[in-house]
Amino acid sequence: MTSITNPLIQIKALDYAYPRRGKVLSHIDFALYEGERVAINGDNGVGKTTLLHLMVGLKKAKKGDIFGFGELCKTEKQFNQMRAQAGLLFQDPDDQLFCPTVLEDVMFGPLNLGFSKAQAIEKSLAILEKLGMKGFETRITHQLSGGEKRMITLACVLVMEPKVLLLDEPTNALDEKAKLRLLNVLKTLPQAMILISHDKLFSSQLMTRQLTLADAQLTEQTPTNIAVA
Amino acid sequence: MSQGLEHSLTSWSGQALKHQTSWIDNLDARIRIVCAGLFAFVVVLSQFFVPALLGLLCALWLVKASQLNIKRTLRRVIAMDFFMLTLIVILPFTTPGDMMFTLFGFPASWQGLSHALLITIKANAVLLMLFSLVATMPATTLGYALAHLKVPDKLVHLLLFMVRYLEVISQEYKKMRRAMQARAFVMRTNRHTWKSIGYLFGMLLIRSVERAERIADAMKCRGFCGRYYLNNDMKIKSADVVFTTLFVFFLFLLIGLNIHDFYH
Repeated sequence: MTSITNPLIQIKALDYAYPRRGKVLSHIDFALYEGERVAINGDNGVGKTTLLHLMVGLKKAKKGDIFGFGELCKTEKQFNQMRAQAGLLFQDPDDQLFCPTVLEDVMFGPLNLGFSKAQAIEKSLAILEKLGMKGFETRITHQLSGGEKRMITLACVLVMEPKVLLLDEPTNALDEKAKLRLLNVLKTLPQAMILISHDKLFSSQLMTRQLTLADAQLTEQTPTNIAVA
Repeated sequence: MSQGLEHSLTSWSGQALKHQTSWIDNLDARIRIVCAGLFAFVVVLSQFFVPALLGLLCALWLVKASQLNIKRTLRRVIAMDFFMLTLIVILPFTTPGDMMFTLFGFPASWQGLSHALLITIKANAVLLMLFSLVATMPATTLGYALAHLKVPDKLVHLLLFMVRYLEVISQEYKKMRRAMQARAFVMRTNRHTWKSIGYLFGMLLIRSVERAERIADAMKCRGFCGRYYLNNDMKIKSADVVFTTLFVFFLFLLIGLNIHDFYH
């Protein structure tokens, strides 16, 4: 199996600092392999979101290398190509849904990838149906409920057929029912995942590996000290 | 004052004015925009009362036909008419002509009054026409129609993004406003109020900028490189042709009345 030897996303000796907060990430090494679901735990403001944004090049690392699917990513163009395969789900769904209607929002990715309009519509409708959101195509995005918005953002990301999903607190502000629905959907997905969540129950049901980010260091957590709240 | 401020910020998230469905809803959005625009052009350039009044009548009839709530529509018009009131007060004194009366030695002219009244009628006619034809469609439809009318992409996107995020930003405003109220803040005319409201709007601005950056990031994540796609096909139906023909005839009538009056 080549997948064992080639990580999907690899980070080597990554450094990042905010102007007034000092070092947030120091010498981070990390690799994500196919089939893995990794949770990154850590306190508020410790730099978890920053790490995800660095991975897809939304922020530029001060030092260190990021390899996306075997390729070294440095320039915006290189990151642009890797982003298509690494679907990032933002903390606030409102940031992600910017088109007037649901269908247009879901279509946005495929159209950017160069699919024709007809193909994009077909792909979008298929993914909406797969997520159980059929019939939402013509709905206005800002009139959806929190749970619906979350599912649509997931559809927006999945329609681009990414190899990796990066989930930034996807259960934020979701009620139990919506959470369960999201959990069931995520369980069926084949993609490797990185999850940031403060919801221990949610992440323990889904994840295969737990990491902790603290004091600018990323450390492996042994399965014994996973506290199930 | 705060009540009015909050109302104007929260009540609109891009939906059309409330109305029952009518035949106007079935007309093509582009036709409605172009007709309203041409109407405004003709009416504003009218120089006589007859064509302006005819235009006002036509606009009133269309408001009736579009099933808008007459009372609420008139209330909206009256808001504008308050501005017109200042015009009616000022114009007689600034326009030379036959004297109507004098106030503190300043003469008021009949010509000025008729000029002000003419402007008021024109403004009302155009506003009512906009209510009936344009405001009865949701803002997103307006955006699509403008895009189909070859309005520059950037302007259309500006409109669509504004509609999309107005509600989100007003939610943030309300959240902060509530947080202030929860700490016993009451608006008064004093330094503390001005400072706090200044902080509030400054914060709102910062949050909006940060959100804009996050949205741009989200767009990049989905491979955005400068093009934004709209998905809406519009077709001209026979009803659109009939409406346009009648409307253009009416506009020619108005133009004709202007020319006719001009020669008498």
